[in-house]
Amino acid sequence: MKTTGKVTGIIANLVTVEVDGPVAQNEICFIDLDGVELMAEVIKVNGNKASVQVFESTRGLQIGDKVEFQGYMLEVTLGPGLLSSNFDGLQNNLATMEGVFLKRGEYTKALDEEKLWDFTPLAKAGDHVVAADWLGEVKEGWLPHKIMVPFNFKGTYTVKNVVAAGQYKITDTVATLTNADGEEVKVTMTQKWPVKVAVGGYVEKPRPFKVMETGVRCIDTLNPIAEGGTGFIPGPFGCGKTVLQHALAEQADADIIIMAACGERANEVVEIFTEFPELKDKHTGRSLMERTIIICNTSNMPVAAREASVYTAMTLGEYYRAMGMKVLLLADSTSRWAQALREMSNRLEELPGQDGFPVDLSAIISNFYARAGYVKLNNGQSGSITFIGTVSPAGGNLKEPVTESTKKAARCFYGLSQNRADKKRYPAVDPVDSYSKYLEYPEIIEYLDEKIEKGWVDKVTKTKYIIRRGKDAYEQINILGDDGVPMSYHEQYWKSELVDFVILQQDAFDDIDGSTPLERQKFMLDLVLEICDRSFKFDNFEECTTYFKGLINICRQMNYSEYKSEQFEKYLGQLKEELKHE
Amino acid sequence: MSEKAFQRIYTKLSAITKATVTLEAQGVANDELALVAGRLAQVVKIKDNAVTLQVFGGTEDIPTNAEVTFFGEPPSLNVSDELAGRFFNAYGEPIDGGPAVEGEKRQIGGPSVNPFKRRQPSQLIPTGIAGIDLNNTLVSGQKIPFFADPDQPYNQVMSMVALRADVDKIILGGMGLSNDDYLFFKNQFESAGALHKIISFVNTTDQPPVERLLIPDMALTAAEYFAVDKNEKVLVLLTDMTLYADALSIVSNRMDQIPSKDSMPGSLYSDLAKIYEKAVQLPDGGSITIIAVTTLNDGDITHAIPDNTGYITEGQLFLRADPDSGKVIVDPFRSLSRLKQLVQNKKTREDHSAVMNTSVRLYADAANAKTKLENGFDLSDYDLRCLDYAKEYATRLLAIDVNISIEEMLDTGWELFGKYFTKAETGLKEKLIEKYWKDKE
Ligand SMILES: Nc1ncnc2c1ncn2[C@@H]1O[C@H](COP(=O)(O)OP(=O)(O)OP(=O)(O)O)[C@@H](O)[C@H]1O
Ligand SMILES: [Mg+2]
Repeated sequence: MKTTGKVTGIIANLVTVEVDGPVAQNEICFIDLDGVELMAEVIKVNGNKASVQVFESTRGLQIGDKVEFQGYMLEVTLGPGLLSSNFDGLQNNLATMEGVFLKRGEYTKALDEEKLWDFTPLAKAGDHVVAADWLGEVKEGWLPHKIMVPFNFKGTYTVKNVVAAGQYKITDTVATLTNADGEEVKVTMTQKWPVKVAVGGYVEKPRPFKVMETGVRCIDTLNPIAEGGTGFIPGPFGCGKTVLQHALAEQADADIIIMAACGERANEVVEIFTEFPELKDKHTGRSLMERTIIICNTSNMPVAAREASVYTAMTLGEYYRAMGMKVLLLADSTSRWAQALREMSNRLEELPGQDGFPVDLSAIISNFYARAGYVKLNNGQSGSITFIGTVSPAGGNLKEPVTESTKKAARCFYGLSQNRADKKRYPAVDPVDSYSKYLEYPEIIEYLDEKIEKGWVDKVTKTKYIIRRGKDAYEQINILGDDGVPMSYHEQYWKSELVDFVILQQDAFDDIDGSTPLERQKFMLDLVLEICDRSFKFDNFEECTTYFKGLINICRQMNYSEYKSEQFEKYLGQLKEELKHE
Repeated sequence: MSEKAFQRIYTKLSAITKATVTLEAQGVANDELALVAGRLAQVVKIKDNAVTLQVFGGTEDIPTNAEVTFFGEPPSLNVSDELAGRFFNAYGEPIDGGPAVEGEKRQIGGPSVNPFKRRQPSQLIPTGIAGIDLNNTLVSGQKIPFFADPDQPYNQVMSMVALRADVDKIILGGMGLSNDDYLFFKNQFESAGALHKIISFVNTTDQPPVERLLIPDMALTAAEYFAVDKNEKVLVLLTDMTLYADALSIVSNRMDQIPSKDSMPGSLYSDLAKIYEKAVQLPDGGSITIIAVTTLNDGDITHAIPDNTGYITEGQLFLRADPDSGKVIVDPFRSLSRLKQLVQNKKTREDHSAVMNTSVRLYADAANAKTKLENGFDLSDYDLRCLDYAKEYATRLLAIDVNISIEEMLDTGWELFGKYFTKAETGLKEKLIEKYWKDKE
């Protein structure tokens, strides 16, 4: 029998319920408001009082309203048909909802249960299988979507039968398995999983050893992210977090992109589902939307569901990773999730930590980032989740709990600088403060030696050195004046400007410049480093300034031209010409 | 607000703070309205039988035996075409001497539009002000505030923008508006002959601050009626959102919530987002555009109110006095329209974004030169040209008193490039230079 209860207190979306039976932490319940069922999650229990956070507006709720507990935690539905979908934070399908406005208590099915899928068996009778092993496959768009032994199956099973190739609905039985006690269990193409629990189903999680190409130069060239790695993008408002994430979603060399719009603007989600169907995936030539899932809890949607949205996104990522796919998970912005935790914690009158955030914020963030990673599956194949979150620090000040906690959890730091954004030097990733810890991994260094060229990381280090020296020179020039410093300072400064304008700055809205393949990145870096290696003899600093501005201008024209096109070669010729008379 | 026949009347308050009262009552619903000693109040917290209400008019001289009656419903507004041309207070009651509005009663602060039912904003809103049209182009369905110190003429600029914009309705939500500014708006609308398309909800400085909390929701409920039901293009003006946020903090601090940065409630982000996210482009042509004002304290945008606002809105228009040109300008560095790329070069000339970027970059070079000058260093020839350029750029393009077409703005941009710089110094794409470059006359 289900536990029931009665509402005894209401503050915004925190509701206290007096219960008549057992309840579990994180259990889901429904509150009956004149026939409208409001979904809520248990976040604290004290005696026979449960505190629940309601995923909807609590307007009109009264003391004494009835509550029914469900016996399960917040869970998502997994199965073919997730790709190209637009879900809210609780995995309701936004596309199938009626009306222009979101209605309270309206819940829609995540997956289409009528659709027929072309199923091909992968396992056969007699096979021994465990959770997450592949039983069959359907084509989801062009991706092979594996039908797996449900994640919650414990121990080893024997396959009794798998249905023949053919068309099936997700709720049809496609396999029958026998457990150790000889009991038979049926498997369909769909299963459920609680979002706050990490999906296992792999044998090991080695250190990331490959680089994920993103087409963004200041990432790939300077601070690459590993496949299965983690990174974060903190930055004041308007500095380019979302534009950078959208660029990653468009260009990254991943099979699946999951974007969690967490407490941000609805128009940014509209941008994705309007533009992605039209854009082509540069790696496969397919429409970008085909590989994308949007989880959308915009800032005006219920706060509690905001917290759920990032977990929903991660769980879908884990599902595809278990199929051996390369998943890129993007969350914008994880600060909004932390704020949702703060709002709840304050209403619960918990002892606040720094800036009013819950004291265990750091642990919550670390646990979440730890769910990403590169994994080896039972069958020897591999899959990965690369996770990049944005952080929106209050007042743009990085000394705040969310940034500091995330710094401990993520391996790449792409800090956006207000100063660069003000100067429209986009992407405003600060080249001095940002880092990728992966550049220190021997396996990554080796991978880059192989993939790009031997000694590549040394070149990267050298580039960073040029940038730092340029910054020092610039500070000296500012203190001592143009004429107060030796000529070499000007040269140092302008060499770093060359790197800045040609390598770091990249116009996300330009069709050509917006995305740079690795090969082209190498070509341009070599070119720029070759110029930086030269020593010049200028009579005065104005000559130096004019000369470098000329070079920068030509290189930028190259960035805007199709790689190795006639135009590109023309500018390259011009550059060589310029370099002759130094 | 009418009272119902079967009202429950209570007369025993157990607690009173500056903004709230608490009493024992039964059958009360969250968010519902009540009258406390004749003042409108709303339920904000219920614990067992203890009900806490925020009293919009403030709790001054409310006695513990004050009469409390509950309405059984949350705040609402009667919507119909009759709203047009009318002036209301924070409760939606007429203040223009006219009759009450007949129409469908709608709860304010209602649900949000399904993100999937939205459309991408794509219609340019020209204002004639180059600091906006050229550098920070506005798009219908956008939400954007003016960031300005209290001594800037933000209300004037806003009314100018509103009257020049091609929209069907303009809805003014005035919060803590000085009486002079209220009359200024009224005057402007009247003399422009635009009263028939204007609806105003006004709370003036002499009225209780907590009342202001109702203004944005009232204005946006009216806006949704015209945009959703009537497919109209609606422009909502909200001034001053800083005073709105101040009112929020008064209530939350009285409810013993743990304040976060700058003594603002921890929910400030969500509270503001609920308002701004009502900006929308609807599939059937209707739209709600929100232009707001957030006054700053000494230009400090790291304060919690502008900071949270910046994280929510689609850019900001930063007004400041420019000592070199002696004009109020739209600061090109701190201002931003996030949606500008949806219309630039598409609905405007192909060189728009290039001219915008280059002119701002050169203006930044001028700022560097100025720093050099202030530090007592010699200026190079380039520096000097930048400074001259900056002055002319500020006067002819950034100043808020400019009123020209976007085409003229672009032409002026090219004229200034040619006048002060070489082609290479501008770094513009060759394709554009060939077509638009103007040599110095
Ligand atoms: N790489 C880029 N190229 C060109 N313009 C850019 C680039 N990055 C950012 N911008 C400009 O900056 C604006 C703001 O960027 P974005 O919306 O990504 O900021 P954000 O950091 O996500 O801000 P918020 O925290 O408020 O969401 C964009 O609308 C665009 O005009
Ligand atoms: Mg953003």
